[in-house]
Amino acid sequence: MPDYEHLTVGVLALQGAFREHAIALEKCGATARKIRRRRDLAGLDALIIPGGESTTIGKLMVSYHLLDEIKGIGAEGLPIFGTCAGLVMLARELVEGDQPLLGLMDITVRRNAFGRQVKSFEAALEIPALGAEGPSGIPAGGGQPHGPFPGIFIRAPWIESAGAGVEVLAEYDGHAIAARQDKMLVTAFHPELTDDLRLHELFLQIMGGSDPAKT
Amino acid sequence: MSDMKIGTMTVKAGLAEMLKGGVIMDVTNAEQAKTAEEAGACAVMALERVPSDIRADGGVARMSDPEMIQEIQKSVTIPVMAKARIGHFVEAQILQSLEVDYIDESEVLTPADEANHINKWKFTVPFVCGAVNLGEALRRISEGAAMIRTKGEAGTGNVVEAVRHMRTITGDIRQLAGMDEDELFMAAKELRAPIELVQWVAKNGKLPVVNFSAGGLATPADAALMMQLGAEGVFVGSGIFKSEDPAGRGKAIVEATTHYKDPEVLARVSAGLKKAMIGMEIKDIGEENLIQHRGW
Repeated sequence: MPDYEHLTVGVLALQGAFREHAIALEKCGATARKIRRRRDLAGLDALIIPGGESTTIGKLMVSYHLLDEIKGIGAEGLPIFGTCAGLVMLARELVEGDQPLLGLMDITVRRNAFGRQVKSFEAALEIPALGAEGPSGIPAGGGQPHGPFPGIFIRAPWIESAGAGVEVLAEYDGHAIAARQDKMLVTAFHPELTDDLRLHELFLQIMGGSDPAKT
Repeated sequence: MSDMKIGTMTVKAGLAEMLKGGVIMDVTNAEQAKTAEEAGACAVMALERVPSDIRADGGVARMSDPEMIQEIQKSVTIPVMAKARIGHFVEAQILQSLEVDYIDESEVLTPADEANHINKWKFTVPFVCGAVNLGEALRRISEGAAMIRTKGEAGTGNVVEAVRHMRTITGDIRQLAGMDEDELFMAAKELRAPIELVQWVAKNGKLPVVNFSAGGLATPADAALMMQLGAEGVFVGSGIFKSEDPAGRGKAIVEATTHYKDPEVLARVSAGLKKAMIGMEIKDIGEENLIQHRGW
């Protein structure tokens, strides 16, 4: 696996599965920093917005003055990876309902699109961008599973529509559930709840500029 | 899609992972649910009476009216939990058909079975259960619970029992983690818990599912105390809607839970809050009236 040691990636730590993202980043060799206050954002190379309750995270981002700040540095090009609630936060617009959003990605999102918790599910996902052996061509984390990615969908959203600049990376049951736009990556599912590091590694490559899709 | 699996332990425990670092608030109607969501709650617990009223009113406490639960579900986008009586698997079946997001098999309601808890493996909906020590937590997990909370002493506004239970669970875990593998069989016998779970806890130094704190939390400092003691999030029952300013207190408790290690923030959010619920001394309640002894 390439060396990501010089990279400091923030993980928004207001609520949700932030610890699991930090662990995944460190397994990839990057440095993780938990972000709770505005001053924590200084000098970051990238940011992850974890799964959690999007309504709650959105409100907390406003009350801790993080929303405008992150919107600003995101617009200037800070790479951001959002999972589940993080995907919702990055959306330009919601199909239904209203909550504070960063609006950095040209996607329209439906929250809880697959239903309430009794409809939460696991499914094996085909994500061509990961390639057969992960983005680096070397099994990430020294022996990660190859092939389909283990998708864990919890009260998950989907991407209802996406603008021209957005590349859909995976679909499930006809709905877009992973995408990227420039240096932003989103998934409707939770790679942080698995041992599979391929999506974290893909993000580290995208942000580092060694873009697997363009090499 | 043929390969899709619902109701797995991964998705059940996964929702609890998403609630971590958050505050789950007891609410009794749609208006309170909206206030809770606005204050930053990560989920609400729908119930007819908050624990302090159940304690005061006496009588048998049961599952809430489905109509009330549905009204709450319509009013918020955050997850909605509801309580079933210990062992009352039909109340649980009803709550599952309402598509609540979590069932709390709760000692706050009057138990329906004095020997058996609900077999939670039979359900698609996940369950959270109370525990006062590690053995009880592991018995609940062996029955299929996907999340644990300390019991504390609900409806008292007194955090002392929640502290006792959290310290007991973390102390029990530390003890297991320090044991030789040969000693774990005896430990499992003493804990009255399955050996596989005991071995898992000894190896990993934590519970296999998320552990929240509940029962008697009333202030932002209480919430931060429980977080510093190792809780992964908190339930606040009577403490919010039995206080003078639920919206203000709810928001302050949410901030205190996020910034639990930051005394500057804790001081700011604790300042100028209107009156907390009055609260009770545990010894004045009487041993026979303690809710925490329900469940086995």
